[in-house]
Order: sequence, then structure tokens, then C-alpha cells
Amino acid sequence: MSDNSNGLVPSSGESDEYAYSAGAGLVLSDAIADPGIEPHRVRMTDKSVKHEKAAERQVSAMFVISILGSIFAIFAYFFWPLDEANLDAVRINTMFLGLGITLGLFGIGFGAVHWAKTLMPDAEVSEERHQTRGTEENRARAIEIIKLADSESGFSRRKLIRRTMYGALALFPLPAIVFFKDMTTEANPVEKLRHTMWQANKRLVQDPSGVPIKAADVTVGSAFHVIPEGLNEADHMLEEKSKAAVLLVRLDPADIHSAKEADWGYEGIVAYSKICTHVGCPVALYEQHTHHLLCPCHQSTFDITNDCAVVFGPATRALPQLKIGIDAEGYLIAKGDFEEPVGPSFWERKAN
Amino acid sequence: MTTATNTQKKGGFLAGTANYLDERVGVAGILKEFGRKIFPDHWSFMLGEVALYSFVVLLISGTFLTFFFQPAMTPVIYDGVYGPLKGAEVSVAYASTLDISFEVRGGLLMRQVHHWAALLFVAAAGLHMLRVFFTGAFRKPREINWVVGFMLFVLGMAGGFTGYSLPDDLLSGNGLRIIDGMIKGLPVVGAYVSSLLFGGEFPGENIVARLYSLHIMLIPALILVFVAIHLFMVVIHKHTHYSGPGKKDTNVVGYPLMPVYVAKAGGFFFLVFGVIMVIAANFTINPVWNYGGYDPSPVSAGTQPDWYIGWLDGALRLAPTHLEVVDWAGNTWSWNILLPMIVGIAFLVVVAVYPFFEAWVTGDKREHHVLDRPRNAPTRTAIGAAGVTFYAVLWAGAGTDLIATNFAMSLNQVLTSIQILLIVAPIVAFFITKRACLSLQRKDREIALHGHESGRIIRLPHGEFVEVHEAVDAFELYTLTDYKTYRPVAATANSKGRITFSSRARAAWSRFFFEDRVEPVTQTELAAAHHDHGQVEGGH
Repeated sequence: MSDNSNGLVPSSGESDEYAYSAGAGLVLSDAIADPGIEPHRVRMTDKSVKHEKAAERQVSAMFVISILGSIFAIFAYFFWPLDEANLDAVRINTMFLGLGITLGLFGIGFGAVHWAKTLMPDAEVSEERHQTRGTEENRARAIEIIKLADSESGFSRRKLIRRTMYGALALFPLPAIVFFKDMTTEANPVEKLRHTMWQANKRLVQDPSGVPIKAADVTVGSAFHVIPEGLNEADHMLEEKSKAAVLLVRLDPADIHSAKEADWGYEGIVAYSKICTHVGCPVALYEQHTHHLLCPCHQSTFDITNDCAVVFGPATRALPQLKIGIDAEGYLIAKGDFEEPVGPSFWERKAN
Repeated sequence: MTTATNTQKKGGFLAGTANYLDERVGVAGILKEFGRKIFPDHWSFMLGEVALYSFVVLLISGTFLTFFFQPAMTPVIYDGVYGPLKGAEVSVAYASTLDISFEVRGGLLMRQVHHWAALLFVAAAGLHMLRVFFTGAFRKPREINWVVGFMLFVLGMAGGFTGYSLPDDLLSGNGLRIIDGMIKGLPVVGAYVSSLLFGGEFPGENIVARLYSLHIMLIPALILVFVAIHLFMVVIHKHTHYSGPGKKDTNVVGYPLMPVYVAKAGGFFFLVFGVIMVIAANFTINPVWNYGGYDPSPVSAGTQPDWYIGWLDGALRLAPTHLEVVDWAGNTWSWNILLPMIVGIAFLVVVAVYPFFEAWVTGDKREHHVLDRPRNAPTRTAIGAAGVTFYAVLWAGAGTDLIATNFAMSLNQVLTSIQILLIVAPIVAFFITKRACLSLQRKDREIALHGHESGRIIRLPHGEFVEVHEAVDAFELYTLTDYKTYRPVAATANSKGRITFSSRARAAWSRFFFEDRVEPVTQTELAAAHHDHGQVEGGH
């Protein structure tokens, strides 16, 4: 509560307001004088009874419109019910109900504002404003109270009490923090991020129908949205799908610039994780003529002819590739799980 | 005066009620204190009111929605009236959102009222903040109230985001997927925080219920508390007013609360509610039935978050490629996520602490109740313009794909241009705004000294032609000249004779702020200008 350190200068004593330092502020001794509030301009409703009466009628008319609007809204609720067979009824119900309520609201709003603007006094008045700072008397009394409270409780004097109390107050919220632990059931969330549902010999099936895909049916240039067989029946379907979704594309083998990519694919058919390595949106857009995969969320773009390396956008890592082959019946199968974690990066991603 | 007659009722029911209340809660004192409190009038003072009233509308419509909404992610087979989704496996939350829309009369209307009111709430709060910033209303004694208002803005965004995620539709699920990806990118704790939030692997079956308790309890309760503090401080400080004749730092000029502001502000609540209602009745927002329930595999192109999240989404998009690195210990640093987060947080921190920074630069300890015209604080206005531009470029960044497709441009070039603009545009905006403010000040000065050009040319006896200038009246003159200016301060030695770093920094900032300035016209200058008024023509 030391005043002078804050640039406060005690006042001369004539006024009970404090004279604060202006700092770098320029205080002009010969500033233009304040002429005071501008003279009030009289409104038509102030000088003519006819206009006053008209304004009065206008305000009531708006309130009457409000009454009618509210009644209309109640009427609309019953008159335009919802109809299972005709979904357009939702639109009609919403519109008429809303318009009725709108009238009910606007009538009151415009009425009240019009009342204030035309019939209530519109001459500006000035009211004194005092500094937020308390008077010297109040401030002295406040300090006195704090000192009294301190001496009566011995807060400053009794160090043992004070310090143990700080300790107690610091520790008492800790149990609450521990309580958050059971917000998750996983002991080690990192481990789960490393594995998906894919495993050797699991068929690639179409999303969402679950129909297996024959390698011979995949023509060059076509793309399939793929999930592992059995996903739709899995216990944690959405969680598994969030990791296991795959995009399958057949390229002309001559277009593939990566030996590893060609090797992990099957005759130009390649399968890549559909979960963006940026923040996990599905990389669902395949541009056939550029062979680019585009994530619609943040536009990360992956070159599917070059092992899905990032060519544009905020992602850094290539989409992980799924090793595929065919089974005896010619259906596409996985040769194992992804060899690296799919989806967004996390701290421990590289560590083992 | 303790005779029995004093406690007798007089004047019927109203007087009786008033007496009853006064004897129990002392309303007479409250009315005496607040009933004729003066509030200044200006359209820009209504922006905060719009935010407040939108919040009330949110509470009303939100309460209605809670009666029907079921915040559970348990999968169910949808069997409602919306044909296209019949038989689809969706979550209970999504199914109940569809039921509110299609099977509750007025349910869709209330959903739309709620969503539109949320958009308006954040918009009005944002505009209100800009008004406060550009008029310098955050100066002493209102710095703390600025921070309270800032908290309200951030809480508004939090309320919006948690609410947006509740229907568990495709769009909101993808929004949560992005949040999950961002959280996983946090150093050390990412995977664990994500697991705690989602109750296991993404998406899990917990997140909607958890966001729901934040959305309908914690966040609105905090908003209510901060609104109460915000308004309490408005009462303590009394409202600011624009500079003009009769308006001083020691008074407040306007109209009394009762009856004028009760009618105007009360009526205005109904107008704001009415505007939200008419929009909600006619314009569809968030038609979740079109997207289906959340599924991690499909996504629709060209989706956009609600507008107030756009700038953060833009920041994510603008991160350059290949920022993610693995350090020597094998730890992954997702700078492509961390950098946008840092930029976003840094921007918010700068906004929150600006009043304290400006107070430090000026060293001005006075109370300020008369608002600045933005031109009269050129550097502050320019900083504000730079900030608005920065925000706007980030926001535009969230629409790179739409800009590219709608204007048939290359997505890559659009993004690169926006990346460059993010750095360049705020700097350009700063200089243009500052110069514009100084020019406007010079124009004001010109008018104050020499009056308005009248368009009448006269010929003087010695043959010279001059344009007659009409002197401004005392009221306009005062409006043009009543503003606060500062001069740069030099670094000074402290009591130990050392010039501290802080003192040097303050001097440098003070030069940055006030080196270029136009000082208000003084009486001396005015007298000198009038003295040789005959020759005055067109400026310096």
C-alpha cells in the first residue's frame, strides 16, 4: 500500500480526489475550454400534442402486434404439426412457429425502444464521477482492519501455524488430481496406438459393406475404401476403424517410383492407411490424374506413386503402407499389421 | 418518526408491495442508489449488450434442448422418422439430436436458435472487445475488466466448441478427431492426455457425456460468474463516454437508468432475441441429418468449423510441410501442431495483457473515462489493425480449399500466399493505419484552426482570391481538440545512477508509440490562427 512507488502524488488537500501522475502524458495549460453539454434539441413529440398522441398509439400498436404474434405462435404449434410421412412439415412448423415468436419479441422490443425514444426525456444529464480509489479515511481504516485481523489472529507472528497451513492447502487438492486417473481404463495408451486390427491373412473388405475384394476386380485407376474383415462385428468398432481404415488404389506398375511400395503391394495394387499423419482426418480424396491423396481437413497431400510421401500441407510423415497379397481364392489379404503406428504423431512414436 | 401511521399501507397494491420489499430487503436504498444512475448513449455500447442477451437466449434455448438430448455414445439402430438414416447404427446422442429436429415440435427451431445465438454471442463479444480496444476503454481503472471480458470471449469459444461436438455427427466427430490429433502431438503427455479425455482410445464412448457436463454446467456457470464480475465493475467504474462537449473524466453524461435505459435496454433484449428467432425460423444451420453419425472413415470436402474456431483451424493449415522432427532420444516433436498452438496462445496472451503493456509505456496513472477517438491514438489503433489483420489472415487460412475451388486457383499457391500474408499483411496494415490516423488528426487540426471549407471564393481588394472558411462552433472545436497525447520519454537513471534495461526498453517503446504524433490545438495556436485569418488558405 505504499503510494509513492506507483507514481501517486498526494493531492494538495483541497479536493479529496487524488492527483495521479500523467506519466508521459502531455498536460496542456491552454487547452481549448469545454463549452459544456450541447443545448438540448426539442423533439416533435415534446412540442406537439398531436405527435405525442401519435407516438403513444404507435407504441401500443407494436405491443398489440406482439400479442397477436404470440397468439399466432401458439396457434401455429397446433395447426402445423409434424408429420411422419412428410418431413417438409418440419420446415413449415419451424418457420411459422419462429415467425410468430419473432413478432411477439419484435413487438415488445420496438415498442419499448420507440417509447423511450419518443416519449421519455431525451435531454442528456451529467452525473459526478468519483475516483475508484477509496478516500484517505477509508484506506486508513482498511489498513487498520487488516492489521487488527493480523494481530488478533497472529497470522504474521505465528510462523508454525502459517507454514503448516500453506502446506495443508497446497496438498488438499492433490487427491482430486489422482481421481482423474480413472477417466481412462487404459494403463498404457501408447501400446494401443502401435497396433491395429490388421494381421496376416486378414482379408481386405469394402467399407462399409464388408464385401471382400478380388484383386482381379480392381482396375487400374480405381480406388477402394477398405476395412479389415470382421471390423463391423468388432467390439470396439469405431476405435478399431479409427486406426484400421485403408485406401486401396491400383496404379500402373510403371508409375510406382518406390521399390518398397511396389514390393508391399500386389501387381500395382497398393494399400495405405487412410488416417492422416497430421491430426488424423481420413485422407479420403484420391485425385486420379496426379496420383495424389488429399486430406480434406488441412490439405496435406500425399504422392501415392512415391510411397505416399508428403508433397504439400502441414503433415510430415508419409502414410504408412499395408503389406498386401492374395489368398488362394484371389481375394486381397493383408500380410501383417502396419509396420509403424498409423495416424497422428505422438511423443513416443519412434521410441521402443 | 416511529408512529404506527408510518407503517400503514398507502396507495394500493404497488405501494404495498414496495413497502413489503423495502421492509425485508431494503429495495428503497437499492433504487435510490441505482434507479437514476446515468448511462451514456452510443450505438457501439450496445455490442456488449448483444453478447449478454445472446447468452440469455442461449440459456433459455439450451435448457429446452437438455430436456430432450441424451448425451450417450452407446450405439443404437436409428428408428426415427428420418427415412434416409432408418436402420443405420448411430449413437444415442446423434439419434436424440435427430429426434429433437424431427419429432419435437419447435425442436429444430430451438436447435437453430441455440446455434445461431452461439455464433452471435462470440461475434458480439469479439466486436465489443474491438470497440473497447480501439477507443482505449481498457485504460485505468478498467484493465482488470478487460481481462474479465477476455476470459468471457475465451469461455464463449470453449462453450461453442463443446456444444458443437455434442450431436456426434460426422462433422463434430471429425472436429474431435482433430482435437485428438492435436493433443497427441503434445510433448511427453500427449497420448496420456488424449486417453484421459476420451476414456481410452479415440473416439471411445465417453467424450460426448464429458463435454456435455462441461457445456451445460461448468462453462455456463463460469460465464455467469464472469458476466456478474464484468457488470459489477461497470457499476463501480460507471460507463465510459465518448469525448465531446461536457464530457469529462470526472463526470458521466447520458440518460438515467429508470426509465430510459430500462425501456431501451429491456426492449433491446427482445430485439436481439427477435433477430435470432427470425434467422432460426428461416435459415438452416448444422443440418446434422445430412452428414450421418460419426464414422472415422468418410469425410466431406470443404467442411468448415464454426466461424470463431476458424482462425485456429487456419493456423493448423498454414504450418509449413515437414516441421515434425524426431530428436536424438527418439522423441517426436510435432512442431506442425505445436507451432500453430503457440501462435494461437501467444496471440491470445498479447490481447489479454495489452492494457498493462500500454500503461507501462505511457506511465500514465490517471483514470480515463473519456474514450479516445481511434485516430487520436494512432499507434494503438495501428496495433489493433495489425492484430485484426493477423486474425483475419489466419481465418482466411481455414478456407484455403474453398478459396481455391471457388476461384479456380491453385490450392498450393493460395496457401503459400496466405502464409506470406500472415507475416506481411499485419505490418502493412500497421503502417497504413498509423498514417491514416495521423492524417485524420492533421485534418482535424486544420479544421479546428481554420474552419470548414465553404466553397465560396472571394476576391480581396488587392486582387488575391481566397476561399472563405467557416469557423467551427465551440462544441465542434472542443470535440476536435479534446484528446490526450503523450510525448516520448528518455531512458533515465535510477537512484543508483544506473540506466536499467527496463528503462531503456520503455524509452524505445515510448518512441515507437509517440515519436510521430499530432498534438491538440491550444488556445494560443487558435488565437494566432485567427489573428492572421485573412491570409489563411488551405493549410501549412
